[in-house]
Amino acid sequence: MGLTGIQIFKLLPKTNCKECGSPTCLAFAMALAGGKAELDKCPYVSDEAKATLSEASAPPIRGVQIGDKKVGEELVFYRHEKTFINPTAIACLVTDEMDDAEVDAKINNLNTVTFERVGLTLSADLLAIRNSSGDAGKFEALVNKALGATEKGLILMSDNLDALEAGAKAANGKGALLYAATADNCEKVAEIAKANGASVVAKGASVEEVSNFTGKIVAAGVKDVVLDTGATDLKSMFYNENQVRRAALKAKNRDLGFPTIEVICDMTDDPYKEAMLANVAIAKYAGIIVMSDIDKERMLPLLVQRLNIYTDPQRPMVMDEGIYEINKPGPDSPVIITTNFALTYFIVAAEIEASRVPTWLLIMDVEGMSVLTAWSAGKFVADAMAPFVVKSGMKEKINHNKIIIPGYVAQISGEFQEELGTDWEVIIGTREASDLPAFLKGL
Amino acid sequence: MAFSAQTEKYSGKMGTLTFGSGDQALTVGGQASMPFAAFDGDLPNKAVIAMEVYDVVNPEWPAAVVEPFKDVINDPVAWAKKNVEEYGAKAICLQLASTDPNGEDKDAAYAADLVSKMLAAISVPLIVWGSGAVEKDAEVLAKVCEVNEGKNLLIGPAVEENYKKIAAAALGYGHAVVSQSPIDVNMAKQMNILINNLGLPMDKIIMEPSTAALGYGVEYSYSVMERISLAALAQNDEKMQCPMINDLGKECWKAREVMLSDKEEPGFGPDQEKRGVLWEAMTAVDMLLAGSNLLIMRSPKAVKLVEECINELSA
Ligand code: B12
Ligand code: SF4
Repeated sequence: MGLTGIQIFKLLPKTNCKECGSPTCLAFAMALAGGKAELDKCPYVSDEAKATLSEASAPPIRGVQIGDKKVGEELVFYRHEKTFINPTAIACLVTDEMDDAEVDAKINNLNTVTFERVGLTLSADLLAIRNSSGDAGKFEALVNKALGATEKGLILMSDNLDALEAGAKAANGKGALLYAATADNCEKVAEIAKANGASVVAKGASVEEVSNFTGKIVAAGVKDVVLDTGATDLKSMFYNENQVRRAALKAKNRDLGFPTIEVICDMTDDPYKEAMLANVAIAKYAGIIVMSDIDKERMLPLLVQRLNIYTDPQRPMVMDEGIYEINKPGPDSPVIITTNFALTYFIVAAEIEASRVPTWLLIMDVEGMSVLTAWSAGKFVADAMAPFVVKSGMKEKINHNKIIIPGYVAQISGEFQEELGTDWEVIIGTREASDLPAFLKGL
Repeated sequence: MAFSAQTEKYSGKMGTLTFGSGDQALTVGGQASMPFAAFDGDLPNKAVIAMEVYDVVNPEWPAAVVEPFKDVINDPVAWAKKNVEEYGAKAICLQLASTDPNGEDKDAAYAADLVSKMLAAISVPLIVWGSGAVEKDAEVLAKVCEVNEGKNLLIGPAVEENYKKIAAAALGYGHAVVSQSPIDVNMAKQMNILINNLGLPMDKIIMEPSTAALGYGVEYSYSVMERISLAALAQNDEKMQCPMINDLGKECWKAREVMLSDKEEPGFGPDQEKRGVLWEAMTAVDMLLAGSNLLIMRSPKAVKLVEECINELSA
C-alpha cells in the first residue's frame, strides 16, 4: 500500500532469480503493490528496503492509545466513503489552580455523566490536567489525586519540563498523553515520554510548523504522536483539520499522519460556543477535544452527534428484540409492533412518548432494517411476525387483543390476522409516526 | 516531508436560488467548493437561516421554545414581525400547520390571505411550508401562489405525489419551489428532473433531501447531502446543482431529549432550554457542514449560535 510497483521495484535486488515465485523482480513488485504477494517471499530483499516497505504499508493516520481510548486510524474524508472509525475522544480540563471542590466536581462529572442509547453507554473519555500554576509539585500532586479519582486516560499539560516529567512519572504505565512538545524541546519531551510509556502532542503555531518536527519525536523512539496545529478559533480549526487530513490521506505525508487534538476550551469562554466548536470538531476530523466541563445538557447532544457521525453507514444501529414500555403501560394499553432498526425505534418511541399515551412497543429483530426495507427483504412479513408475537409474551401482559402494525405494511394485515388467529385483532396504524399521537389518542 | 497546503478543484458548481422580491431578495447557493472550504473554491453566498412562524402551535411544544414568542404565539403576523425586528431574522418560514386535514383543516383561501398579510408586514423574503398532507398541500400552495402572484415566494414541500400542481402554480405565478425527496440521492435528482421538465428553471428549485434531527437519523441526511454536494461539484451533474434547504426546527423540538424534563428522564439535566437550543443548533451545523444553503429554524438562541458559526467560518 502507498507505493507503486515501480517504486517497490527500485527497492528489490533486480536479479530476476525467480525464487519468490515471480518470473522477474518487476513482476514481484507489481504483485506486492497489488497486495497479491508477501514481501518475505524474496529472500534477498535488504533490511532497509523492508523497513521502507513496511512503513509504506502502515495506516496513513496512526492509531494512538490514551488510557483505554484509541484515536486516529481514519481512512476517509466523508463517512459515506467507508466509515469513520475511532470516535473523537472528549476530554475534560482541570488545572492545578482550581480549588479542590472545583476539581472534584469536574472529575465527578467526567466519571458519572453517561447516557444509555441503543444498548451503548455514551460518555466522555479523558481527563486533561493543566499545570497552570507553573509549579511542578502542585502539578504532580494533582496528577496523583486524579489517578486515584478516575479510571479515564490522562492528558498531562505543562510548559515546564520538570513538571511534565514529574506528572509523567506519577502516571507511568497509564498510557498518558504529554502536552506538549514544541520545535524547541521535542527531543526532551520525547525522552520523558519514552521513559514513562507516554505518548506526545506535537504543538506548533501552524500545520507546517508541526510537520517540521514530528519526525524528530518518532526518531527519538516515540511513535505515538498527536498534533496540535495551533488553531485558536473555529475558522483556523476547520482549516487546519482539513489540511492535516489531506496531508495524511492524499499527500501521504508521514509527518502529519497522526490524530489531532483541539483545546477547544482555550478558544472561547462561552459554554454554548464551546459546544458548537466541539460539534464542528467531531464532524471535521478532530481526534481529541478538550472541554471545560462535562455537563449533561451539552454532553447529551454532543455524544449523540458523535455516535451518529461515527456510525458505520454499512451497518445500521439496532435495538434488542423485545417488549419496550413507554409511558408506563398497563393491561389495557395499546400494543404496537415495529422493527429493530434503531432509527425506526427512536422515531416511533419519541412520538409515543410525546403523545403521553401509555403504550407497549414490540420490537422485532429484522437485522436492523426499516419497516419497508424489512418488508421488501421478506423479514417483516406475516409468517415471521406471527410466531414472534406469540413467543414474545406480550399477550400475558394485557387484557385485550389488539395489535397495531405500521401503515406502510397495511398489505400484510390479512395474512397476519390469519396467522395469529382469534387470539389477536390486527389494526392498521398510520403510515408516518408523526400521526401516531393523534391515532393513539383516538383509540 | 515538507507540508504544502492541498486544494481541491471541482469541475462543477452549485446553482443559485433567489427568493423574495425587490431589494429584499436573497440569493443562496452558487458554491464552487464543499461547505466553508473557501480555500478550495468560491463561496459567493453565505448560508441563510429562515425563522419559523406557525399559524397554529402544537400544545406539546416545550415551554423553553414557547417562551421567546409567548406574546405573539397566537398571531403569526406579529410573530413574524417579532422574529425580524427583535431576533434579526433574515427570512421567515410560515408553517401552515392549521391547514392539516387531521388538524384544524383550514382552507386554501385562508392560507393565501395569511400569506398576503404577512408579506405586507415584513421586509424579508418569505418561505411558505405546507402541513405535509400531500393532496391538501397542493391545493393550499397553489392558491397561495395565485393570490400572491409575482412575490417570488419559496413554497413547498413538493413531493413525488403532488409536485405537478405545486410546480405549475409556482411557474404560472412567479415563485420558487422546494423539491423534497426521501433521504435518497437518486430520488433527489429525479425530483429535480421532474420539476424542471414541467418548465420551472433549475434556479427556481431548491432541494430538501429530508431532514432528520440529531439522534433521529441525522447521519442519513448528512451523508445524502454530502453525496449530493459531491455529485454537483466533482461530477458536475447538472441535475444535482440545485442548492439545499433543511426544515429542521420541527424535527429537533420533538426529540425526546428535548421534550422531556429532568424529572421525567433523570440524567438528561435540569436545563431543558440549553439541551433544546443545542439540539437544534448542532443539527443545524451538521446540515451546514453537509452542504445546506438555507435552514429553517425555531429558537432565536439557536439561530444566533448558528449564525455566529456561519459568520466565523465564512470570515
Ligand atoms: C435506507 C434504505 C435502505 C437501506 C437499509 C437501511 C435500513 N437500515 O433499513 C438499504 C440500502 C440496505 C436498503 C435495501 C433495500 N431496499 Co430500501 N430503502 C431505504 C430508504 C431510502 C430509507 C428507509 C429508512 O431508513 N426509513 C426511515 C425509517 C425510520 O422508516 P420506517 O422504518 O418505515 O418507519 C417510519 C414509519 O414506518 C413509521 N412507523 C414505523 N413503525 C411503526 C409502527 C406503527 C404501529 C406505526 C403506526 C408507524 C410506524 O414511523 C417511521 C417514521 O414515520 C427507503 C426509501 C424511503 N425513504 O422510505 C428505501 C425503501 C424502503 N427500500 C426499498 C427496497 C425495495 C429495498 C431493497 C429490496 C432493494 C432496493 N431497491 O434497494 C433492499 C432490501 C434489503 C435487503 N434485501 O437486504 C423500497 C421498498 C419498496 C416498497 N414500497 O416496498 C423503498 C421504499 C425505496 C423505493 N421507493 O423503492 N434500503
Ligand atoms: S526472489 Fe527477490 S530477487 Fe529473486 S526474482 Fe524475486 S524479487 Fe527478484
